Amino acid sequence: MEPASLTWVLVSAALVLFMTPGLAFFYGGMDRGRNVLNMLMMNLYCVLIIPVVWMVLGYSLSQGGSGNWIGNFDWFFLKDIGVLEDNGGQLATIAFLGMFAAITPALISGAVADRMKFSAWAIFVPVWSLLVYVPVFKWVYGGWLGDRGSLDFAGGTAIHVNAGIAALAAVLVLGKRKGWPQEGHPPHSMPLVMIGTGILWFGWFGFNAGSSLAASGQAAQAFMNTFLAAAAAGLVWVITEWLRDGKPTNLGAASGIVSGLVAITPAAGYVSGGAPLAIGGIAGLVCCYAVKLKSKAGYDDALDVVGVHLVGGLVGSLLIGFFANPEFFDGSFGEGLFYGGGAGLLGEQALANLAAMVWSFIITFGIMLVLKKTIGVRVSPQDEADGLDYSQHAESAYH
Amino acid sequence: MKLITAIIKPFKLDEVKEALKAAGVTGMTVSEVRGFGRQGGHSETYRGAEYKIDFVPKVRFEIVVDDNVVESVIASIKAAASTGKIGDGKIWVTSVDRLVRIRTGEEGSSAI
Repeated sequence: MEPASLTWVLVSAALVLFMTPGLAFFYGGMDRGRNVLNMLMMNLYCVLIIPVVWMVLGYSLSQGGSGNWIGNFDWFFLKDIGVLEDNGGQLATIAFLGMFAAITPALISGAVADRMKFSAWAIFVPVWSLLVYVPVFKWVYGGWLGDRGSLDFAGGTAIHVNAGIAALAAVLVLGKRKGWPQEGHPPHSMPLVMIGTGILWFGWFGFNAGSSLAASGQAAQAFMNTFLAAAAAGLVWVITEWLRDGKPTNLGAASGIVSGLVAITPAAGYVSGGAPLAIGGIAGLVCCYAVKLKSKAGYDDALDVVGVHLVGGLVGSLLIGFFANPEFFDGSFGEGLFYGGGAGLLGEQALANLAAMVWSFIITFGIMLVLKKTIGVRVSPQDEADGLDYSQHAESAYH
Repeated sequence: MKLITAIIKPFKLDEVKEALKAAGVTGMTVSEVRGFGRQGGHSETYRGAEYKIDFVPKVRFEIVVDDNVVESVIASIKAAASTGKIGDGKIWVTSVDRLVRIRTGEEGSSAI
């Protein structure tokens, strides 16, 4: 890897690391004050356990070898990976991808908020990472889904759709929070949500533009797309709720920004021009309605991981089928419908997301059921009432 | 007229509010307070050091009602706030000499 690219990948890796505490604040502010520390800890725990899992086994199983379904053990404990070859490029890439591995299970924490035993979460995260994240990542990046021609620039299918559908499976096993939906569970600190949103947007430039794995023009376009899609989605969400509910809200703006970031993730290095505005705008509109599904369908996805990450990821991933523009990037990927590519790419996008969703849902449901039958997944009603900060961690956020 | 003051566990806030509304109470004031009784405090841990937190979070309801509904309001609060465990809180009743509705100047029971 040439020096400029190596520098950009390392900087991007640090940017992506910062997203996990950003996500923790984004979620933590939306939580109630007696559960905020538990939320921060669920997220922080992901950057404690996943680097270990990733170094020992995760990277090797998700990138080793040429298998269609799963990697191999060639890079167990990063065996034989030196820094003298390729200027340390592979090691930089492993670090960069490790940050993605860490934030993906963290996304699920928003759905199970306020009621999951921390001990169950502590086991769920590494097990889910190896049984769900690693194989789906392999399918998309170096396995059968990628080989068929489906596109996922920075993890729309592999990360957001994957974690979003897993969040749905997890809350179906876990059950609803006490008092939901009657009590409304309003955010305890909107300023914390806004800080988290800012950190996420900042870090997301590394997430998307870093995914070129090169200091290249494609990275510059991915950066610009990340900027524009988030703005467009936040704008559309706010306008939608202003017209629909009467007032523009901070939470709407923050949720819109994140939905746009999610939607542009799979498309960031494949689209250009006005496409990021369209992708972000559509995601903002669709997600603004999708977050209302949980009340109608009766699943308690506490902080809208399904409505924002699953739905936003699907929107962005499917829109690649319309907007992918290989000519602009001088790339060898498929053309979208608007660039004369026919419906082939759209079909591959649909198949890739369907495959990821089926696997992720079934295996996540299974992991949660096993945890439920063994150590239990849910805190006692008394612990839930006292708040998870005190009952799980013997701390309180505010004195 | 009586002032009913109730100290309850914070998570019982909504249940007690609903019970009071069901009992016909039309207004109430709620504050987040801290205190302890027989329950004592609880322990928190910071970097391995255990701290005794004497004052635990509670919610205080203040409701002014007519004399004839005092018993039923107390019964409603008791039923809604009870968990049977230590720390459920207390209810006390004090006499109110005078009550004024600021907007209209009404006084006494009609100002409730």
